[in-house]
Amino acid sequence: MSQQPQSLSIVNKVDSPADEALIAARKARYSPGKSTNALGRYLWPVSALVLLLLVNLFMDASFFSISYQDGRLYGSLIDILNRSAPVALLAIGMSVVIATGGIDLSVGAVMAIAGAVCAGMLVGGNYSLFTVICAGLTVGIVAGLVNGGLVSFLGIQPIVATLLLMVAGRGVAQLINQGQIVTFQSDAFAFIGIGAFLGLPFPVWLVLITLLLSQLLLRRTALGLFIEAVGCNASASRYLGINDKGVKLFVYGLTGFCAAIAGMIATADIQGADGNNTGLWLELDAILAVVIGGAALSGGRFSLVLSVVGALIIQTLSTTIILSGLPAKFNLLIKASVVLIVLLLQSDVFRQHAQSVLKGLKGGKA
Amino acid sequence: MKLSTILATGITLSCLSVNALALTIGFAQVGSESGWRTSFSESVKAEAKKRGIDLKFSDAQQKQENQIKAVRSFIAQGVDAIIIAPVVETGWKPVLREAKRARIPVVIVDRNIQVGDDSLFVTRIASDFSEEGRKAAQWLMDTTQGNCKIVELQGTVGATAAIDRAQGFNDVIGKYPNANIVRSQTGEFTRTKGKEVMESILKAENGGKGVCALWAHNDEMALGGIQAIKEAGLKPGSDILVVSVDGVPDYFKAMADGDANATVELSPHLGGPAFDVIEKYLGGDKNIPKLISTTGDLFTQDTAAAEYQKRRLQ
Repeated sequence: MSQQPQSLSIVNKVDSPADEALIAARKARYSPGKSTNALGRYLWPVSALVLLLLVNLFMDASFFSISYQDGRLYGSLIDILNRSAPVALLAIGMSVVIATGGIDLSVGAVMAIAGAVCAGMLVGGNYSLFTVICAGLTVGIVAGLVNGGLVSFLGIQPIVATLLLMVAGRGVAQLINQGQIVTFQSDAFAFIGIGAFLGLPFPVWLVLITLLLSQLLLRRTALGLFIEAVGCNASASRYLGINDKGVKLFVYGLTGFCAAIAGMIATADIQGADGNNTGLWLELDAILAVVIGGAALSGGRFSLVLSVVGALIIQTLSTTIILSGLPAKFNLLIKASVVLIVLLLQSDVFRQHAQSVLKGLKGGKA
Repeated sequence: MKLSTILATGITLSCLSVNALALTIGFAQVGSESGWRTSFSESVKAEAKKRGIDLKFSDAQQKQENQIKAVRSFIAQGVDAIIIAPVVETGWKPVLREAKRARIPVVIVDRNIQVGDDSLFVTRIASDFSEEGRKAAQWLMDTTQGNCKIVELQGTVGATAAIDRAQGFNDVIGKYPNANIVRSQTGEFTRTKGKEVMESILKAENGGKGVCALWAHNDEMALGGIQAIKEAGLKPGSDILVVSVDGVPDYFKAMADGDANATVELSPHLGGPAFDVIEKYLGGDKNIPKLISTTGDLFTQDTAAAEYQKRRLQ
């Protein structure tokens, strides 16, 4: 393989060795998001999702029926897209944080804070919808920047720095609304959670837009590369002139922003802010989604699309369990078993072992 | 110089607290997962203030390990009595033994515990959850003449309220051959989960056609379920009857609007009886029954508007 670029450049009749080196460098250039085994990366998470959907097909084929009523598509598949929106948003932010070798445990609490702020403003004052949404987003970004500041400038371990806000954030959310569940009547704000645009639920659009914008920002500029560099080796990237502190600050800010959108969706969905339950344990689901998407918690490579696929797998699983009609006490066990299988399928080591065991069996028979 | 000042202040403070002779009571609350829970906490705090009791309040965020930690810290602080509103039934024996060894009386409120040894706690003050389930079921059977396909939103798996309400409800509908529960899943006592689960249940039940009633183990889940029914294009309260337990203000509003049908009130004012028992026990009266039971009334749409006004002002 390493001979390939050289022979190519000879065919191209390159004059000077400098040009040759340049072309070789271009050939070998890291192309973001398109690693050599891109197919392998997408294969396992996507086939896990397809497999889960197939289980539903055999259980009850009406799972796939989608009808159109009240100006929106209606069906279990749409439900899965809609219900996975908060975790998908969190997973987008989380995969970027994880790519820098960090982690953000506070996203669930940030959801609760953003929701509480929005609900408090909708009930307490005469603010325009625009102001309310901006306030919610600002709170999320500020919370994220606080995390980022603690991690990058004070050098606190990410898991500790964000644990602070994970614990304190829920308290803040409860304080904002005096520990009450605040319900509001605002059709405009509720649209964020239950509205539909071109047939699809609005949260799904929010995920698509966030995914698209983040993908453009990270993959069409050098930012994504910087993030991966910082995740692989922060000091090496600093010597290369990458502002690793700035990069870290940015990724936590982005996560806070995503969490704020997720919090507003959750709050608008039930038209009420519940400081204690909004986004409860969703940080763990988001981390799980990123891991199912094939990212390593040690940092480096990331894929936003695969993280969203991970979120879809988790939600498909939850919906499948509800639809199956199995007693509720089996929920967690089934969830854990399926996640374990998905993770094992992605493990090269496990697949090699499984292959050799299979071969051994065949050999034994022969 | 500084040290002596601190010492002096410390001694004065400790003297003050001894002089006040106020009862110090630790209260290990589940969390504030629902509107009902919040009014319960508020009611206990208000009652303590009224009686001049120094209340140490701990919010466990729905986790038993947090509650056990809180109880241990109450024991370490040497409180006069401990009130526990347990998250789940099991796993309380070791920490209650520690309390007993420290001679601190423990009162269990709201949900039940299983310890096998009744001497580990003074008494349990609670609503009779199975009676609530029976009341809800009886109302539903009377309204539908015993013909009903019911979907159930259970509470948190393993919680006393969920187990006993289901038990009581099932006891009653068991007597009606044409009434049965067709779907049952946990909504974890929250509005968000209630809505999500109800959405899927309606799809699994052919868009909700033929489902006659939603039975939710608390009002929050019922409120989430009502939203899901509306979004599925059905009318809660008439297409699908909604019956639940708790009696939170929001649910009375839903009943007044015709979206919900009935709820069995669960009185959140458990603080008063708990403090009564503790004062009696510390006063030397050890003759206290092991279960002090309270059950609320069933409310329907008829009185909902008036009740909502009354409760909203509280």
